[in-house]
Amino acid sequence: MSEKTVVHDYPDVWQRFSPRQTLIRFIWYVGVVFVAVWALSTLDISWFYFLDAHLQVKDLAVRMWPPNLEFARRLVAPLIETIHIATLGTIITFVIAFPIAFLAARNTTINRFTWFIGRFILVGSRSVNTVVWGLLFVAIFGPGPLAGIWAIAFRSIGFVGKLVAEAIEEIDPGAVEAVESTGASRLQVLLIGILPQVLPVIYGTLVYRWDINIRESTVLGFVVAGGIGILLYSSINQFLWREVTVTLMMVFCVVLASEFLSAKIRHRIS
Amino acid sequence: MNTAAEKHIDPAQQWHQIRMIENPLIRHSLALLVLLYIFWSMLSINVDWGRFLLGLPRAANIVARMLPPDFSRWELLIRGMLESVQMALAASFIGMILAVPIGICASSNIVPKPVYLMARAFIILSRTFHEIIVAIFFVKIFGFGPISGVLTLTISSTSFISKMLAEDIENMPPGQIEAIRATGAGFFKLLIYCISPQAMPRYLGVSIYRLDANIRHSTVIGIVGAGGIGQVLAASFSRYDYDFSLAILLSIIVLVFLGEFFSNWVRSRLR
Repeated sequence: MSEKTVVHDYPDVWQRFSPRQTLIRFIWYVGVVFVAVWALSTLDISWFYFLDAHLQVKDLAVRMWPPNLEFARRLVAPLIETIHIATLGTIITFVIAFPIAFLAARNTTINRFTWFIGRFILVGSRSVNTVVWGLLFVAIFGPGPLAGIWAIAFRSIGFVGKLVAEAIEEIDPGAVEAVESTGASRLQVLLIGILPQVLPVIYGTLVYRWDINIRESTVLGFVVAGGIGILLYSSINQFLWREVTVTLMMVFCVVLASEFLSAKIRHRIS
Repeated sequence: MNTAAEKHIDPAQQWHQIRMIENPLIRHSLALLVLLYIFWSMLSINVDWGRFLLGLPRAANIVARMLPPDFSRWELLIRGMLESVQMALAASFIGMILAVPIGICASSNIVPKPVYLMARAFIILSRTFHEIIVAIFFVKIFGFGPISGVLTLTISSTSFISKMLAEDIENMPPGQIEAIRATGAGFFKLLIYCISPQAMPRYLGVSIYRLDANIRHSTVIGIVGAGGIGQVLAASFSRYDYDFSLAILLSIIVLVFLGEFFSNWVRSRLR
């Protein structure tokens, strides 16, 4: 009888969460579902279109097949242009993002104001999509790959600059101090103490961004900023779906190849 | 004696700057290759340099017309922004749910090979094509409007989150999986008691990150008619309403900044 009065302060059955934890999780779940349902239900969606969606898919599939392989020959030059846009844009990024990253890193910036400027440029560059930059540069430079190159560069600055600035903030201060103690100038500290530490990150980020840029430059043509997108958009607008199929197949190959190449190079750098 | 020692320093021991590529021949030839590439691409690319020079005063003109930003049509602006945010929220949520089965199927250590290959094929296929290309197809199938945008962002979120989830599951130490299996647990018990506790924090983090990315992408797919602020932006650009365009761009920057702030805050709390 006395044994029965022993009070266990632990439960007999193992449970992963306490009731309180379960309740909090449950409230989170309900909240997330509520937000999602609110978002979907207040959107102006015509569910009516769902009725014939399967017919549209079938129609599209019939029109897209077989691919018009003849068209592939005309795609080679625009594809090379697409790669050029991505690559030249990335090279320009390298030149511009470099000083901005140093401004935006807390340990290399000159004062709070320059740090803020650097951060602002990075956020602004990243917030505006490549295609929107494309719209802007087409208005400035007119249609063509030049607008595309600058669009790619302006979007990439924020991406590369942010990652490089983070890398600069995490460098080993010992090496910097060692160079400083030899009486090196500010520039020498930068070039000898800091740069070698972040160079692998810079190259790695650039190669990574290059591979994203290839993908982005395939659609720059939609706002007439050069590359394969121009042909793709005109094929779509003329309902030449068999040409669209070929274009998409070639885009697929190029993007996949660039992703593979970029992964290989990054693997070697790190 | 001191000076004598200094004179006989082995050149290999002398200080020299650290280089990423130690071999100077490879280093310089790589630099040369890059220069040659720039030269070649500049020649082959179709750039009208006269037009470029013409563009510089034009840029000043556009900037002058952009300033000051025109917020007078704020109702249109707010409606577009809200639509973008809603599209991003809905797509992130659906993508988050769809990514669980696909992510699990794309993990080579817990599913059979054919399932793995199919899931991977889906991920590769949807990652390769840019959102705008996908959006065009949805616009063709479902008509103009936010539904095409939601579906586009859902596809890209699903493939992104499931790719990250699969990587996470594949990197799990095999010990825990074996331990749970040793208790006689089936596949679903394995998922609940072994995979989910280990994958959950990163999965939630990636999903929140994706929400932030979706907000950024939702601002652009409107250009091909898939709803959101992008549609308003493209219209203002084509009508040369540059002051309204700048107002939209500034609002997008603020929105993206807030989204990033929120995402960082949630992710730091998850850790």
